[in-house]
Amino acid sequence: MPPSFASFIGRKIIRGFLTVHGLGAFALITAGVMLRKFGVARHVIHPLIRAHLARSGLRMLPMMLFISFALGLVVIGQTVVLLQKFGATEFLGGAMIAVVVRELGPLLTAFIVLSRTGTANVIELGTARALGEIEALEALGIDPIHYYVVPRVIGMALGIFSLTIYLIIGALGSGYLWAFLQDVPLRPGDYFAQLAEALTALDFIILALKTLFFGAIIATVTCYHGLAQPLRLEEVSSATVRAVAQSMVLCVLLDALFIVLYLLA
Amino acid sequence: MSGEPIIELRAVTVPSRREGGRISTEDVNWTVREKEFWVVGGPQGSGKSDLMFLLAGLNRPASGAYTLFGQDMTQHFGDEFLPCRLRVGMVFDDARLLNQLTIAENVALPARYHNDLHADEAETWAGALLKATGLGEFAGQTPGTLARNWRRRVALARALAVRPEVLILENPLRGLDARHAAWWIDFVPQLWRGHELLRGKAMTMILSTDEFQPWRAAGAQFATLELDSRKFVLAGEHAPEDEWSLPQAADEEGT
Repeated sequence: MPPSFASFIGRKIIRGFLTVHGLGAFALITAGVMLRKFGVARHVIHPLIRAHLARSGLRMLPMMLFISFALGLVVIGQTVVLLQKFGATEFLGGAMIAVVVRELGPLLTAFIVLSRTGTANVIELGTARALGEIEALEALGIDPIHYYVVPRVIGMALGIFSLTIYLIIGALGSGYLWAFLQDVPLRPGDYFAQLAEALTALDFIILALKTLFFGAIIATVTCYHGLAQPLRLEEVSSATVRAVAQSMVLCVLLDALFIVLYLLA
Repeated sequence: MSGEPIIELRAVTVPSRREGGRISTEDVNWTVREKEFWVVGGPQGSGKSDLMFLLAGLNRPASGAYTLFGQDMTQHFGDEFLPCRLRVGMVFDDARLLNQLTIAENVALPARYHNDLHADEAETWAGALLKATGLGEFAGQTPGTLARNWRRRVALARALAVRPEVLILENPLRGLDARHAAWWIDFVPQLWRGHELLRGKAMTMILSTDEFQPWRAAGAQFATLELDSRKFVLAGEHAPEDEWSLPQAADEEGT
C-alpha cells in the first residue's frame, strides 16, 4: 500500500472519529437542554415546535400522498408479477407490510424530509452563525440550543412519524388499486385481511421508534453542521453536503439495527 | 467614584475573537462603577470590539481576573451566569438581528423568553421600545428590509427589552449618517442619566468609538486602546486627541 494512500485512509478514519465524537457530544448537550429546560419559555418555544412540525409534516403532506400513490404502484407492480408466477397472491398483503411498513415507508419519508427540511436547517443555522445571530442570542441570555435546536428535533421527529403513517396508508391503499388494475383476483376484504394478519404489535412499536429516531438524527446532524462550528458564508454549502451524507448514513445504520432487533425479537 | 464596582478587570489579557491564539490587548486594569459612563477609543484593529465582547461575557480572558457584579467571569459560562447576563445589555455594531423575525418580534424576544410571555402580552412593551427609538413605523418589517442606520436602533431597543443595568455599545456611530449619529449622541446620555422608558433609572454605560470627538460633551470618562503597544490606558474625564483619525483616513483612501 503506498504511504500517501495509507495516510489518506488514516486521515479519513481520524476525521470520522472526530465527527462521531462531535455529533455525540452535540446530541448529548441537546438532550440535556431538552430535559433541563422542559418548561422554560413555553410561550416562545412551543410555537416554534409547531412551526417546525408544520414545516417537516403538514406542508409536505401533498407531496407525500403523491409519493405514496407511486410507491404502491412500484411495489405492487413488481411483486404481483412474481407472486402470480407461483400462484401466491395470498401473500400480497404480507409483502406490502414487509416492504412498505417495515422498510421503505420510514426510510423514504426520512430521506424526503432530509432533502427538503434538513438542508434548510443547515443553511438557516449556518447563515445565522456566520452573521453572528448566535452570539446575539447568547448576549440576550437565550440558549441557542434551546431556541434553535430543540424545536427542530421535536418538530422533525413528530413530522417524520406522522408523514410515515400517511405514506404507509396511501401506499397500502394505492397498492390494492394497482393490483385491481392488473386483474389480480383479490377482493378488498381479503387484501385488508392479509394486511391485518401480517401486522404485529412489534411492527407498530418499531415503526414509532424508528421514525422518531430518524427525525431526531436528521435534526441533530443538520443542526450540528449549521451551528456547532464557526462557519463563513462560503462554507455553508459544503456543510450542507456533509450533513446530508452523514444523516443518510446514520439513518441506514439505524435501520439495519432495527432489522437486527426485529429478527431477534 | 462613590458607586459600587460593577466591572473589575485585573491584569486581563484580551484574546482576539477572529484569530485564535492572537492577543488583542494586554494587562488591562480597570474598574467600572455603578452609573459611570465610559468611552473607549482607539484606531481600527486596536481591539475595541474584543474588549466589548469580553465585557459582555461573550469571550473569556486569556489570563487575569474579570468579575462582573461580583461573579468570576472566568468560571461562569452556563445557566448559573444567566441572572448576571440579564443585567448587561449589548448592542453590536452590525446589529445581529434574527432575520426570520420581524422588527417587533426581535425587540420583544428577550422579554418574552425570560418572562415566558405570549406575543400579545409583550406587544405593549415592545411598542414602547420601538416608539422611544423611533422605529414604530418599521414594526412589521423584517431586518433585511432596513438600512444599517435603523437596524442598529433595533439592536438597541432589543438590548433594552430586559431593562439591563449596564449597556455595552460596540462602536454605535460607525457607518451612520449625520442625522442618525446625532440621534445616538443625544439618546445615549439620556439613557445613562435615566430615561423615562426605564422608569428614570440611571444606567452604567460603556461604549467603544473610533473618535472621541462626538462624545466629548457627554460627561463620560475616557480610555484608549493603543494599537502598537496593545495597552489599555485610562485617560480620565478629558478625552485625548483623536490623533489616529487622520492617518487612518489617509490609509483607507490609499487602499
